[in-house]
Parts: sequence; structure tokens; C-alpha cells
Amino acid sequence: MDRVETQVLETQIAEWRAYVAKAPAVDGRDVDELEAHLRDQIAELDAAHLTADEAFLVAVKRMGDLDTLSREFAREHSGRLWKQLVLGGDDASARPSGGWPEALAFALGAAVTMQVARLIAGFPGEQPAWLGRNIGLFVLPFLAAYFAHRRRLDLRGWALTAVPFALAALVVNVYPFGAGSGTEFLASTVSDTELLVALHLPVVLWFATAYPYMGGTLRSHERRMDFVRFTGEWVIYYVLIALGGGVLLGLTGAILEPIGVDVEAVVEWVLPTGAAGAVIVAAWLVESKQRVVENMAPVLTMIFTPLFAVMLTIAAVTYALSGVTGAFDRELLGIFDAIMVVVLGLVLYAMSAREPSLPPGLMDRVQLLAVASALALDVMVLVVMLARIGDLGFTPNRVAALGLNLVLLVNLAGAAWLSTRFLSGRTAFHRLERWQTSYLPVFAVWAALVVVALPPMFGFR
Amino acid sequence: MRIDKDLVAASATPLVLAILAEGESYGYAILKRVRELSAGELEWTDGMLYPLLHRLGRLGYVTTDWRTPPEGRRRRYYVITDAGRAALAEQQRQWVTVTRALGDVWRAPAFLTAPGEA
Repeated sequence: MDRVETQVLETQIAEWRAYVAKAPAVDGRDVDELEAHLRDQIAELDAAHLTADEAFLVAVKRMGDLDTLSREFAREHSGRLWKQLVLGGDDASARPSGGWPEALAFALGAAVTMQVARLIAGFPGEQPAWLGRNIGLFVLPFLAAYFAHRRRLDLRGWALTAVPFALAALVVNVYPFGAGSGTEFLASTVSDTELLVALHLPVVLWFATAYPYMGGTLRSHERRMDFVRFTGEWVIYYVLIALGGGVLLGLTGAILEPIGVDVEAVVEWVLPTGAAGAVIVAAWLVESKQRVVENMAPVLTMIFTPLFAVMLTIAAVTYALSGVTGAFDRELLGIFDAIMVVVLGLVLYAMSAREPSLPPGLMDRVQLLAVASALALDVMVLVVMLARIGDLGFTPNRVAALGLNLVLLVNLAGAAWLSTRFLSGRTAFHRLERWQTSYLPVFAVWAALVVVALPPMFGFR
Repeated sequence: MRIDKDLVAASATPLVLAILAEGESYGYAILKRVRELSAGELEWTDGMLYPLLHRLGRLGYVTTDWRTPPEGRRRRYYVITDAGRAALAEQQRQWVTVTRALGDVWRAPAFLTAPGEA
């Protein structure tokens, strides 16, 4: 090959490279690998006395049709473009609007339902307990319906999507909850079981939206991971919207107050509407503006995983040294449970944002530290809780807390064990992912049990 | 002879694992070996090998690293793991069973006589 030929060839390869790199599921290192292949092929053809031009054309042809190739990459690396995959191919990008009118319709549905419920309840003047108990049922059915619509579920899919919501509505409103033991909730006194139902029902319903989200399947582990990813990104968007909404409301209040507008009344109308509508809007943002958060997610986990690891390690060491029994009261137990849930969320989210083919790195070690510390804390909490139950017997709160702790303990123990094996190179990252995605139903089942089985077990106290 | 697409796809994983069991290799060399082994009968679209290799990596069957050999360009090498060898052994059992069953039925006398002749 002479110099001019080489130059032309280099330009051709560069152009080919740029073209391949445009495929969303093919990342830079894949293009490197494909380019190395292309060059090997060209070199061999060149040795067989083809001209540079011919060699290039033959090599590119052998590489295969780029659409098919990028689809094949997409199937393997669904994490890189889960959005396009979940939406069922190219039709999403074909819709220039990104589907916002339909998202808006469902958001309006949720907002109106919330507002109607508020007016019936007379909130905030009156704060009946049924309002709190049903709050998830005012909003999340619209989210589920939005996904059922977006994924074009058939009639059977729609029916199966509706079943958990109908059952939940039935259970929550038919159960004769007692007057209660004096727990304050929404300025009315509710029974412990009722409060637990109010706390667990949104979780159950969130898992119920996984069914339409995953396009009417539940088995696929890849789709489950997508749902985890969606949940994490949804939280980020929701918090962002809430912050923006808070600023907006504050400024509106400041501007309207001097002219004598009743700001409280404005807030009463705007806040529930916004909070309900934002649930669907955030979901739509995750669906359509994927790339923005895609860049943010690894950064966020990169920042918060080490911080949580440090915090948890300090907490675990301190509690282990100072002894746990004295310090623990009911409130602290709640905080510990919350920390554990956040750690699990962080681990799951970091996992969903990670490129599975990368070898173990520093971040994986930091994450293992966080998990191990959380595990140590969990064991301590569990010991105290068991002692408490031994002394005072079972109450609805203790059963719910104990169950949550056990569920978390098993999960974290499995995760710690598998990460250790992964870090020492004895297992693939895939196994860790599998453990978490296989475990997701356990959370759903536990939350459902608290809603359905706990109240009758304790006579709706 | 053009080998059916599904058959090519089904044999791809055991073939690649078996080639890697011979020793570490990289994409282009693996494809050359496939052509050599099948005397050119198994035609793969070159690019399709890479998603397959990445899948094997995700499943923990192979590990991979970028290296530049003394003479030659930077390439991504693939090395089979113990899990990969176990998967290969399992695949081997399945293929041996299938080929044996096919072999038996094709050797059977009834196969050689066309229907209606017997």
C-alpha cells in the first residue's frame, strides 16, 4: 500500500468508526474492538493483493449490516439503552412529541382524583384516616395505566394490571380498623395496623406497577433490573420536581400575600395536584429524557456510595463499642430501618447503573464496605428487637419491623457474600445482579403481607 | 451448502467456548479458527461475534483484557474461565446426545427406503 492509499484508507476507517459509534448500544471500547477486527481483516486481504479500497469494502461487508449489528449489541447491553428496548424498538423515537400528551392526560387523571378525594375528605380542615390509607390508590393506578397504555398491553395484560389495585382497594377499605392505640397520623388517631397499612400500601402498589412497566412479564431478570433503574431515576426526577415546585410555591406565596390573596388556599389546591401529577410526569421524564439522568446516575452513586459507607462504618463501630441495648428505642429502630432501606436502594441503583462487564474496582469495594456495615447494624438491631419481643410480646409494629429486618438481613448477607466472591474473582457480576433481581419479589410479598395479613392477625388493633 | 441460520446461532456458543478452551484468543483469530474448523462452511457475520463474546463475559464464562502483543495491534483477548469450561462440558453433553440420536435414526434401514416402498 502506498502513502496515498494508506491515507485514504485511514479516512475511510475513521468515517466508518464514527458511523458505528453512533449506535446507542455500542460504546467506545466496542468500537475499538470492532476497528481492530476491521484492520486485521484489511491487512489479511491486503496480503492477498487486494487494493486498499477493495480490502476496506470487503472487510466492512463481512462485518455485517450495521443495523443488525447494533441491534445485537443492544440485546446484549440492554443496560446501555434500556429505554429504547423497553419502549419496543424505534417507534418511540418516531414519535416527535415523546408521547407527552398521553403522559399529561394520565397526570391530569391522577391530579383530579387526588383533588376530588381531598375535597370529599375536607382536607386539611378534616383529616380522616381513610385519606392517608388510600393515598397510593389515588395516584399509582394512573401510573400503572400509563405504562399499560405505553407498552400496548392486550386486554389480559390490562386485567392483570388492575387485579392488585382492585384487591388493595378492597382490603384497605373493607377491613374494620379499630380506633387505635393513640398513634397520631394526619391529626387523627389511628390503630397501629392502619398506620402500617398506610405505610406499606404504596410500596405494594409500586411493585404492582412493575407488571405493566415490564410489558406484562415478570420473569425477565433484565426487565426487573430496568425497573430498579427506573425506580432510582424516578426518585431523582421526583425530588427535582418537588424542589422546583417548592421554589415556585414559595415565590408565588411571597408575591400574592401583599395583595391579600389567601396563600394557604392556593397551596391547598396546588400542592396535592402537583404532587400527584408529578408522579406520572416524573415517570414520563424517565421514559423519554433518559439520557440526561443516564449521565447523572453514575455520578450520584459515585458521590453517595462512599459517603454512606463512611457513615455506616462509623455508626456500626460506635454502636458495637458503646453497646446497643440502651440507646435503642422505637424511634431509633425506625431510623435504622430507613437507613437500611436507603443503603439497599443505593446498592441496587449503583448495580443497575454499572457496566456488568467491567472487572471489580474500587467502587465495588466501597460498596461492599457499606453493605457489610449495614449488615452489622442490622444484626444489632435484630438482637435488640428479639429481646424486646421476648420481654413484651408481639405487637403489629414489632412484627412489621422484625419482618423488614429479616428480609433486609437475608438480602444484605447474600449481597455481601456474592460481592466478596466477585471481588476475589470467583464469580461474575452477573450472579450479584441475579441475586438482587431474584430477591425483588420477596420485598413485594412482605409488604403485601403487612397490608393483607397483619391487620386481621392483630384484630385490627 | 448453506447451513441454516438457527443452527449456526445454536452452535456459536459451544464453538467459541471450545476454541477458547484451546487457548486465549481475540475476535478476529476466533473467526479465522471457525472458518478453518468448518472448512469455510460455517459463515458468520463477523460483527455478530462480539455481542456473543460480551454475553459470555457477562455470564462469567470468559474474562477479557486489552493487550498489545510485541508485534501487532492492540486487541481485546478473551480467556475461558472454570465456569466457562463447565458450561462447555454441559453443551458438549447436549450436542453429543443430539448428534448421536440423529446418527442413529439416519443409519436405521427404514430411513433409506422411501415411504411406500417398504
